[in-house]
Amino acid sequence: MAEGAGEEKKKFSIWDLPDVPMGQLPPHLELQRSRVSCNKDAPIHTESIQYSGAYASMGIDNSSRLDRFSNNFRVEVVRLNEDDIEFDMIGIDAAIANSFRRILIAELPTMAIEKVLIANNTSIIQDEVLAHRLGLVPIRVDPRLFDYLSENDQPNEKNTIVFKLHVQCKRGSPRITVKSDALKWLPNGSELVKETRNATSDSSSKPEIYTYFGCSQETVPEFVKNPIIPKYPDIIIAKLGPGQEIELEAHAVKGIGKTHAKWSPVATAWYRMLPEVVLLEDIEDDLAEELKSKCPVNVFDIEDLGKGRRRATVARPRACTLCRECIRGDDWEKRVALRRVKDHFIFTIESTGALPPEVLFTEAVKILEDKCERVITELS
Amino acid sequence: MEHGSFTDNSAATFSLTDEDHTIANAVRFTLNQDPRVTFCGYSIPHPSEARVNIRVQTTGDPAREVLKDACQNLMLMCRHVRCTFDKAVEDLKQAML
Repeated sequence: MAEGAGEEKKKFSIWDLPDVPMGQLPPHLELQRSRVSCNKDAPIHTESIQYSGAYASMGIDNSSRLDRFSNNFRVEVVRLNEDDIEFDMIGIDAAIANSFRRILIAELPTMAIEKVLIANNTSIIQDEVLAHRLGLVPIRVDPRLFDYLSENDQPNEKNTIVFKLHVQCKRGSPRITVKSDALKWLPNGSELVKETRNATSDSSSKPEIYTYFGCSQETVPEFVKNPIIPKYPDIIIAKLGPGQEIELEAHAVKGIGKTHAKWSPVATAWYRMLPEVVLLEDIEDDLAEELKSKCPVNVFDIEDLGKGRRRATVARPRACTLCRECIRGDDWEKRVALRRVKDHFIFTIESTGALPPEVLFTEAVKILEDKCERVITELS
Repeated sequence: MEHGSFTDNSAATFSLTDEDHTIANAVRFTLNQDPRVTFCGYSIPHPSEARVNIRVQTTGDPAREVLKDACQNLMLMCRHVRCTFDKAVEDLKQAML
């Protein structure tokens, strides 16, 4: 069209032509930028176009200025229970959502049993297996009230929680199952005494102990209201036959999931992008019935058009699990398009019980802020 | 730790210790959004060592300043996310009452 008009001496810009939308990307590019197309064989356009100058030749500024982010960003909480939360984050990029997920799994501190002092174990569960199982028991306590215990520190009431387990199966009684409610909290610290190898020590020398509690942990008001116990009282730790006994003390310290998975505060945390199911053409009658029966999670519905004609509609796109059943078979790819919205994330967080899930997410964001601040101070 | 050239401070590689993909990918995203940046990327030299190299090349501004601005932007974004999330949870709790 430009060449034909060039014959006239008038100069005009191709942008003045009415077909090109001003200040916006043409629809096919907008689709590439904001949606992942899930085809039969593989998804395409999965990368997010982050470069600020990506659409410079179209006159579009791709840089996300902070004000634009603040205006467009939304959070919608779908479900909130004591143990899990499901919420939507709209307007954020995958890089940041993934950072939150990584921090939730690996870098939020919790309390878990680390040292197990075994006084007597005549059960068939080996010492190390018993200690490993005790470490994995989730403890219902707010880890923000405690400090980390490093190598040089002495274990005291600010960085250690002491539990005691003493079970015995008497001869003649049936087998017993040791569950996690048998762990008793000792707010005054360890009761065991270190063995002194010095045979000439006189009785007046003070015996060495394992923990140095200055004051009882019961004086802290939070622990008066909620005594420290394992979150789930019915976790099986060991099984005892007649005549077997377990007597041990377990010390719990603060740590993060990166060191060992027992310190991870979430059962798991995951996100998925919002699915978008689009019918490219009208699907009627028999084809509509076929489509509705193909989907295992009932994404499609039939609506009546009157005169016995029916049409398929997309009723619950959010439930789509991307099984691709609806595009299997001949020609279905031309009728149904499966897509994912790149900046809409459905986050699910399942907590193991130390902290409620909404607090976990807030703490994770705070940790990302602290990391940024550390980088900034390192640079200055 | 910054590895750059004394004469030209618009391009440098920053080596951060005790970091991994968590912060590096997020910072790379905010760096990319900055119009002063011509090139940015990160790499992890070896997975057993917790070290990240972030490369920044700009259109003239000192790379250190641009990286600092990107981290500031990330912090502000996080703060906004936190406020919005807290408000959404509060609203839901009020509605459930």
